[in-house]
Amino acid sequence: MKVLVPVKRVVDYNVKVRVKSDGTGVDIANVKMSMNPFDEIALEEAMRLKEAGKVTEVVAVSCGVTQCQETLRTGMAIGADRGILVETAVELEPLAVAKLLKALADKEQPQLIILGKQAIDDDSNQTGQMLAALLGWPQATFASKVVLEDGKVTVTREVDGGLETLALTLPAIVTTDLRLNEPRYVTLPNIMKAKKKPLDVTKPEDLGVDVTPRLKNLKVVEPAKRSAGIKVPDVATLVAKLRTEAKVI
Amino acid sequence: MVALVIAEHDNASLKGSTLHTVTAAAQCGGDVHVLVAGSNAGAAAAAAAQIAGVSKVIVADAAYFADGLAENIAEQVLALAGSYSHILAPATAYGKNILPRVAAKLDVAQISEITKVDSPDTFERPIYAGNAIAYVQSSDKIKVITVRSTGFDAAAATGGSAATETVAAVADNGKSAFVGRELAKSDRPELTAAKIIVSGGRGMGSGEAFKILEPLADKLNAAMGASRAAVDAGYVPNDWQVGQTGKIVAPTLYIAVGISGAIQHLAGMKDSKTIVAINKDPEAPIFSVADYGIVGDLFDIVPQLVAELG
Repeated sequence: MKVLVPVKRVVDYNVKVRVKSDGTGVDIANVKMSMNPFDEIALEEAMRLKEAGKVTEVVAVSCGVTQCQETLRTGMAIGADRGILVETAVELEPLAVAKLLKALADKEQPQLIILGKQAIDDDSNQTGQMLAALLGWPQATFASKVVLEDGKVTVTREVDGGLETLALTLPAIVTTDLRLNEPRYVTLPNIMKAKKKPLDVTKPEDLGVDVTPRLKNLKVVEPAKRSAGIKVPDVATLVAKLRTEAKVI
Repeated sequence: MVALVIAEHDNASLKGSTLHTVTAAAQCGGDVHVLVAGSNAGAAAAAAAQIAGVSKVIVADAAYFADGLAENIAEQVLALAGSYSHILAPATAYGKNILPRVAAKLDVAQISEITKVDSPDTFERPIYAGNAIAYVQSSDKIKVITVRSTGFDAAAATGGSAATETVAAVADNGKSAFVGRELAKSDRPELTAAKIIVSGGRGMGSGEAFKILEPLADKLNAAMGASRAAVDAGYVPNDWQVGQTGKIVAPTLYIAVGISGAIQHLAGMKDSKTIVAINKDPEAPIFSVADYGIVGDLFDIVPQLVAELG
């Protein structure tokens, strides 16, 4: 069984982004870029399924600029067998990515596609669900446990107030939540090995997909700043302030 | 222009998130209809008809709608979509699961987690964990939108008298099946709806230590939350997590205990009206957003606070 894992190149988790002064976006020049953390979890899950003998091939896919090849190399260092880049300089919206992934899924015929539940840059939380709809596949989003057996995948999901379990027929879409697993560290020998793994590059036009953005970003601004308050010396002062000044208790 | 709100409910009652979504829908400028897709969901539909500002409630009832499976609910929304200018759902686990399927099938972009409606086609939404706000304009014929509850007041739950229309349920998709649900039982208010939240972080040191927060939460009738660090350490259940990828909350009072204040945590709570921080590190970033801070050992301060509240 083949598993497809899409991975996105995003501003690193630890970088505090700055809004550009002209309001056109956030400044990502010269900041550290990494694989979206949720996608790392997706790849780790695919590798565990492979190591358990339930999956034969793991293919990492990325959509975006040339530098996404680095993200794919990281994916192959984690263990993906090969990589596919759909290269474009167009800023991709989730719908466009879902369409590109659908075209690749039609070609590659995976039985399972595992995606991160959201990317930490645009925080959209859409691509997996959109891809499921376009393919006509069932979905289990926000997964905290994945069991693959007997031609179906049983997924425990994190929902408001607790957990929910669904059973999906294959092929299916799973999106990962934070606690699904803890991704492995990439080792130097595996980084070296990853350099020799096949990486195919294709373009949206080759896949017959129009990736023109649908939304217009009018401007991007800094959020209203919350100013620091005061430090109070003791609990009695705190309670007095909460009662008489903030009037919240 | 008519907006359709996908109600979040458990068949017996509506979730509070539905009320906030109705407010956002009304701001899109036209009538507001509410879809209640469920199983024996008469009570939820009756509640929806009472919401102020709702002109019509559409009910689709089928056994396979009981558990809100995304495949089926999305299909039901699509069966109705043609009549609407806007389709909105709460940006909760429920709405986020369903709505992108609707957008993809309509071949339109989805606008996620809006916090403000500027005009019927322009919306504000936070990106990069709330470190930037994007003003986004959609030229799609149908705007598909998830709504962050903290950005909109709740519509009044009573006072409306909407007509109810029953529509035929779409066929069962059959590719996914509900197996079970384990919901945490708690007498406390729900995290996203609570007026007061007491949250613990890595500084708590253990799951056992969270017990020290319980009398405080009891006294204030507060919900209990946690930072990602505390959840990752296994101190408390996953659904307690407040932050960029957990729950987004904006209570009247947020008490952060032993939470350092990573940007991902601040993203989930910085719109709270009043923030109190208790931390032994005077340099902790949480103090930069707190209205009132106390530097000290939480194991001394929390019991003192309980005593002081009387």
